[in-house]
Amino acid sequence: MIRPASEAELAEAVRAAHGPISVRGGGTRGPLPAGEALTTSGLTGITLHDPAALTLVARAGTPVEEIEAALAEANQRLAFEPMDHRGLLGTNGTPTIGGVVAANVSGPRRMQVGAARDHLLGLRFVDGEGTIVKNGGRVMKNVTGYDLARLVAGSRGALGVITEVALKVLPGTETCANLVARGLDDAAAVRAMSAALGTPFEVSGAAHNPHAEGGPRTVLRIEGFAPSVTYRCKALAERLAPHGGWEIETDREAVRAEWRGIRDVAPFHGEQGDVWRVSVRPSQAADLVARAGARRAYYDWGGGLIWLLTAEGDDLRAKLGRYDGHATLLRATPATHAKLHTLQPEPLALQALTRGLRETFDPRGILAA
Amino acid sequence: MQMPCPDAKIMAKKAQVVQRLTEVLGARGVIHDPAETRAYECDALTAYRCPPLCVVLPATTEEVSAALRVCHEENVPVVPRGSGTSLAGGALPTADSVILGVSRMNRVLEIDTDDRIIRVQTGRTNLSVTGAVEELGFFYAPDPSSQLACAIAGNIAMNSGGAHCLKYGVTTNNLLGVTMVQMDGTVIEIGGAHMDAGGLDLLGVICGSEGQLGVVTEATLRILPKPEGALPVMMGYDSAEAAGACVADIIKAGVLPVAIEYMDRPCIRACEAFAKAGYPDCEALLIVEVEGSADEISYQLDTILKIARAHDPVEIRAAQDSDEAARIWLGRKSAFGAMGQINDYMCLDGTIPVSALPEVLKRIGELSDQYGLGVANVFHAGDGNMHPLILFDANKEGDLEKCEEMGADILRLCVEVGGCLTGEHGVGVEKRDLMSVQFAREDLEAQMKVKDVFDPKWLLNPAKVFPLDVSEGRRA
Repeated sequence: MIRPASEAELAEAVRAAHGPISVRGGGTRGPLPAGEALTTSGLTGITLHDPAALTLVARAGTPVEEIEAALAEANQRLAFEPMDHRGLLGTNGTPTIGGVVAANVSGPRRMQVGAARDHLLGLRFVDGEGTIVKNGGRVMKNVTGYDLARLVAGSRGALGVITEVALKVLPGTETCANLVARGLDDAAAVRAMSAALGTPFEVSGAAHNPHAEGGPRTVLRIEGFAPSVTYRCKALAERLAPHGGWEIETDREAVRAEWRGIRDVAPFHGEQGDVWRVSVRPSQAADLVARAGARRAYYDWGGGLIWLLTAEGDDLRAKLGRYDGHATLLRATPATHAKLHTLQPEPLALQALTRGLRETFDPRGILAA
Repeated sequence: MQMPCPDAKIMAKKAQVVQRLTEVLGARGVIHDPAETRAYECDALTAYRCPPLCVVLPATTEEVSAALRVCHEENVPVVPRGSGTSLAGGALPTADSVILGVSRMNRVLEIDTDDRIIRVQTGRTNLSVTGAVEELGFFYAPDPSSQLACAIAGNIAMNSGGAHCLKYGVTTNNLLGVTMVQMDGTVIEIGGAHMDAGGLDLLGVICGSEGQLGVVTEATLRILPKPEGALPVMMGYDSAEAAGACVADIIKAGVLPVAIEYMDRPCIRACEAFAKAGYPDCEALLIVEVEGSADEISYQLDTILKIARAHDPVEIRAAQDSDEAARIWLGRKSAFGAMGQINDYMCLDGTIPVSALPEVLKRIGELSDQYGLGVANVFHAGDGNMHPLILFDANKEGDLEKCEEMGADILRLCVEVGGCLTGEHGVGVEKRDLMSVQFAREDLEAQMKVKDVFDPKWLLNPAKVFPLDVSEGRRA
């Protein structure tokens, strides 16, 4: 395992590579590419936290835990609440902030505040030729030159190895509460979540689990200052009356635990089968789940994100047909990953651009091979 | 500022290019009479002008594709244009280029409040996007101050921001999908009414690429439910330090206002003379706006006012109703007009880390003395985006040049303290030659490599963003 202790060493290691290298942070987020292992775990540390500017800069190998702890001390947070994949995938490394950005990992709050990529202010990376590149910066508004930061975020290491990231952070929330409806069918639940998200009450989580204990459970999260949370819960419950009966749950720790579970796909932990993550236009979600014929399904992002548990080797994409969105195979055997592809195949014109970008940043084809 | 010499071969075949474009667009879609192309000789950066070879105004994505294919085959550079409100010269033509304007493509294609999206043709103006969904209780968040006129096409090209970014983000955070035509005429669809890319985030790099990667003809935008209400509070301070510390404490207290605006004394005075908003005559004025229900607003304002008072303000005024709110905003919103009445000015757009504000203001003051040109500062204090207005006399020999030099010094200062050259206006031609201050050659090379992939012949808006000597080997 190559473990560079600095960005310069990492660049040197990439330049010196003779074949594919398999870049990883904590190695917690699913199938690792083939090749000689290279870890960013030697590049750690928060290099800047400016609470008044809502800014944090950290080296790529810094554990997410360490960042969240430092932010909590200043009553701040990563608002996009990155998922922890370990429970779902059975991995046991230490999730890193570089991995979060490289895979654009977000959680339930994504639909309200944006994804990891939306909180990215800038980054440094080493491309496939070993060249160190910086893009963006540490300020919130920056349109100076092309936005490579967003291109590299979510590229899963295909364009380069991220060495440092600058993120926008947000104030922590004083408290939170859930609005819960029981027994809604999928289509009704998505309609109710859409209605909730169309109100001004700043719903920061909207999920529906058809297989919850005791029957289908639709949950809406409200966060903020205590009086504001109380007010919005009440106003929202009134507004949603046509969509069922809503109970307000105010046990802060229980609310937080439930959303951690939703974030980490807890309903599928320990369950056999492949796991798919489908980003979809919310109004198509219920139909899509009906077509999928999956063992289990649940909805996040107000229906914009569907988690599906299918039989092993099942070609979900073939069953889904055409819709607005894409399906990622998140958990499966290596053989299934190879056969069905991890990422949704793109239309030809986009494939050409993707190939072109990969070839230009990694002409030797050694990254994410 | 230099532009590349027009290609004589292209100039010589104008008739042929016009004829071919007319064949695909009809006579109505092509403007080539020099008396008429003059209207397209500049954008809102009016110091630089050059009439294009001709102008095309396609009405559909297919026509954009056909026009680009002709230009691709003829090796003619194309400069895409939204409404021509760029302050950076993003739509400035060269004499051998075709201006491709999207102004005829301004329809709303779809509104879906359940999925919280609107799909529009990109010639539509920013404000009219909100206009289309307002009655349904929604709005489109990015609100550049040119929003009455500026087109979504230009917003996407420049990744435009506005005063409310602290809470709602900029264009890239509110853009879900595009239909884009590549220089060779290929039409691609990226993203849509769903979130996030399945593969590479191409949308992320297209947004803010200043019309150099393709022509975006349609866009799917995120719309948000309108807040129940919003009210501003205004506070005056005797020093930049006090105002800066107040902003820092508000943010650290966990309140997230939708806007925090900052004005310095020259700007306050000009606005007051112009708009009579009742601003105090002080060193620094803050306008902080919060949103929510009446109770939520007063709760947040209480927190803010408590902090504000701790910093020894000259005056504090919280709006109680929409009339008072309008009065507080009146001065700020007329700032640019007010300055324009008393002077010619150049508006800069650098961003700095908020904590560097007092130091940067002090050094801008020193530069102002050194150059002998006045400066008024308007500033999005929540996100660090500065708008220093350098005052000069356009009729005075050498004043524009002096003003540009001073502007460059201010932008170098922004980079030096950890900021950037442009927060929301874009690089265009205006900041093009300063790019090397912020970026190493390798950083620029990595950006240009993206253009190589999307536009191998470098025909789309080629003389912008990258210093000419840096892009020289790539441009035709």
